[in-house]
Amino acid sequence: MSNFYRDNDDIQFLLKHIDLHKITEICVESFKYAGKFDYAPASSDEAIQNYNMVLDSLGQLAGDFIAPRAENVDRDGNILNEDGSVTRPKGLQESLEKLAQAEVMGFTLPYRFGGLNFPNLVYSMAIEIISRADAALMNIFGLQGIAETINAFASEEIKQMYLPDFAAGKVTGAMVLTEPDAGSDLQSVKVSGHDMEEERPATVYQDAQGNWFIRGVKRFITNGCGEILLVLARSEPEISDGRGLSLFLVERGPWVKVRRLEEKLGIHGSPTCELFFNDAPAKLIGERQRGLITYVMSLMNGARIGIAAQSLGIAEAAFRVARDYAASRKQFGVVIEKLPAVRDMLIDMKLAIEAGRALLYEASRVVDMEIGYAKWLETNPPEDKDLAKQLKSQSRQYKRYASMLTPMSKYYCSEMCNKVAYDSIQVLGGSGYMRDYACERHARDARITTIYEGTSQLQVVAAVRGVCSGTSENLLTELAQQKFDPELSDLLEKLAEGTEQLKKAIVFIKENGSEYMDLYGRPLVDMAIDLINGYLLCSQASANVMQVSAENGTKIPMKEHKTATARRFITKNAPRIKASAETICTGDKSTFQQYEVLVGPVPEPG
Amino acid sequence: MGYNCVVLVKQVPDTKRISGKVMNDDGTVNRSALPAIFNPEDLNAIETALQIKDKFTGRLVVISMGPPSAAAILRESLFRGADETILISDPGCAASDTLATSYILSCAVKKLDYDIVLCGRQAIDGDTAQVGPQLAEKLGITQISYVEELTELVGRTITVRRNIGNGWQQVKASLPVLLTVTSDANEPRVAAAKKMMKYKNALTPIEAEQKIKSENPQANSSEVKKLVERKCGELKEKGLLIKHWNLNDISADMTWCGQSGSPTKVHRIQSVVLAAKQSKEIQPTDEGIADMIHELIEDKTIA
Repeated sequence: MSNFYRDNDDIQFLLKHIDLHKITEICVESFKYAGKFDYAPASSDEAIQNYNMVLDSLGQLAGDFIAPRAENVDRDGNILNEDGSVTRPKGLQESLEKLAQAEVMGFTLPYRFGGLNFPNLVYSMAIEIISRADAALMNIFGLQGIAETINAFASEEIKQMYLPDFAAGKVTGAMVLTEPDAGSDLQSVKVSGHDMEEERPATVYQDAQGNWFIRGVKRFITNGCGEILLVLARSEPEISDGRGLSLFLVERGPWVKVRRLEEKLGIHGSPTCELFFNDAPAKLIGERQRGLITYVMSLMNGARIGIAAQSLGIAEAAFRVARDYAASRKQFGVVIEKLPAVRDMLIDMKLAIEAGRALLYEASRVVDMEIGYAKWLETNPPEDKDLAKQLKSQSRQYKRYASMLTPMSKYYCSEMCNKVAYDSIQVLGGSGYMRDYACERHARDARITTIYEGTSQLQVVAAVRGVCSGTSENLLTELAQQKFDPELSDLLEKLAEGTEQLKKAIVFIKENGSEYMDLYGRPLVDMAIDLINGYLLCSQASANVMQVSAENGTKIPMKEHKTATARRFITKNAPRIKASAETICTGDKSTFQQYEVLVGPVPEPG
Repeated sequence: MGYNCVVLVKQVPDTKRISGKVMNDDGTVNRSALPAIFNPEDLNAIETALQIKDKFTGRLVVISMGPPSAAAILRESLFRGADETILISDPGCAASDTLATSYILSCAVKKLDYDIVLCGRQAIDGDTAQVGPQLAEKLGITQISYVEELTELVGRTITVRRNIGNGWQQVKASLPVLLTVTSDANEPRVAAAKKMMKYKNALTPIEAEQKIKSENPQANSSEVKKLVERKCGELKEKGLLIKHWNLNDISADMTWCGQSGSPTKVHRIQSVVLAAKQSKEIQPTDEGIADMIHELIEDKTIA
């Protein structure tokens, strides 16, 4: 009997610490649906009670049902049948059925389609809980952004036709973007090019009646065997960049064939498919030409938050294996957690997870506020002009924060979970390298998180614009203005110093041009993240909301734990922030100037 | 074609989480020291009923006899997909043994339209496994105990596999039938999100009255009565009223209920505290094992 929500003090703490009332009010549009749908809440207190109950139920499902199946799901993998259908691992199929029964497959969808209409913040918590149980299952549970994209951009007819089935867990979806020659660079999704018809990238065309059809190949498609496929394809052959691409919905049918399943390092439960579209009938989502630049960008942002949450779940699982092992494994006459080197690893793992969680939940909160304000202004614009102006400016501010914090969370959490999973094996030593313990699976599952939905390098590119354009400074100023416990004043001074160093580094980077910005984006973004996390942890340490479990069944105030966490995090990172600033300000451009000299020639084949 | 199922459930102290002082000095169980939970195998019974409902449609009614606080597990049943829930609560039920309990439950079930009655194999507080079989006798219907798989349900014929201790047995029976379900039968589903969001507000009339009283401490009894009636009306309209039946409602003969209907007399309760820790090494030889088995049979640890 285990419950992955109830046994996680930090998630429960954050659910109390973050102002959910404000998010809820804006998300559910001031409870106007309370009478219309029998399960819609009538107050924010009731809504928060709902979040707790649903996370509790999901935590039980994750702990008792999904986690015990994860090992076999990993070993069994998916099977491609001769007819082009895919048989999922038994355990994963069973978990999907339970998730459908638990009514959690329409987490953020509106009530009218059978969704829960929960904030993204709560969805992030849910994804983390599921991913801790089985990272591969997240690639279906956490793909609800597909339905959300249909909800945001498709016609009412398409919404009515597909969204209730998504919410009921009757169908799953896939985002069908990648082609053999178009990975990170989706703008180069092709119109044609290869001679072999069966190898051509997917192209879309219209018949005389104006019906759309798709023909060609898409590759590396997560859950490509799903029932509803959102396909990015070039509808305007004469426009070669992203503006020539549109988004289409294709239902699974004889016209879509899974040609191949990739053999992968990790997330074996999640089928990665190569698809061939054989004149598949397609429905246009929204307007032509906005496929990549509006719809996929929005879908991608949601997916990045999802991967950050998946990363947190993997990290949490890997940490727990190591924590448990270190407390019982004896060497040199003591349990190994008494050894400073092991103890240090465990503390750093835990700290990194809490910092990542702080960042991801802040990003999710800001996304909720951004979406909420946009919806408010669209459906119910205030008559008072000043108020409308104020709301618009707030909405823009949230949008800027969201576009910086989203790639930051994806980058930080995915890199963090790889480090944590790596160290988890290290704590277990030889045993950790064997299949007897789950940490080798966690390390394999972790590896994809810094790659898909945009590599870490691309997240840095996306985040660094925000860091350099004043958004990071605005956010840091806003964060620094919160009310903090006086006990933390020395830490706040350190953060203020760090902020000054960040500002200097930004000035230096800007003076050296955009190429230099991309080159030193990573240390700059690292600095900004460490500072934001520092403030978030100080804010958590200033709250006095609950008791948490400590050794031998005793309880300590969460405040005590969070204060120690903030103190260690900020003290340890202050020198790193300084070092990053110095690295950036060296002005070293050898990467551009001496690449060949430094890396040598391309190796000869053979 | 649908099947109407009635599932009998019980709220029990969580005997797996024993901590602190769980026995009173007089040797009775200190219930306040143990959290109250849904009897685990009753959840398996509900899951079997839900699978029947999912596949064939039909109505699922869940009944619990117990104190007013047992409403909690009826809400839990609604969270999983019960169509209707009924609490049987009456001071006259107190101190009922399995005979009286099965009599009371039979009076309630007789008022309902059913094809299949389901119970958990046994409750973790008493471990008797008697109520289900006794109930079937009182209803005069076929009983199949220790069900570990529902194999087939076609027309009015049900086929199940039951555990017989040293193996299993396939049994075919005509409806109506009573099944007692083991934990091997399935893995119960968790509470469903939308049903929780709705039914967390479901109340029994007793709970509605408590709520009205705490919200209106100044109100006199006739005002309270009026408010409770209104509240129950509202709840009923929204499908949020958990029915409450007392012994009168189910036309039970009082002499068969409670203490007077319970021939079981507790001779003695002993609080056994396992204090000593001893270990004994057994040689991994046939002889060593035979000696150990002999010793265990001797002191009646195994039969």
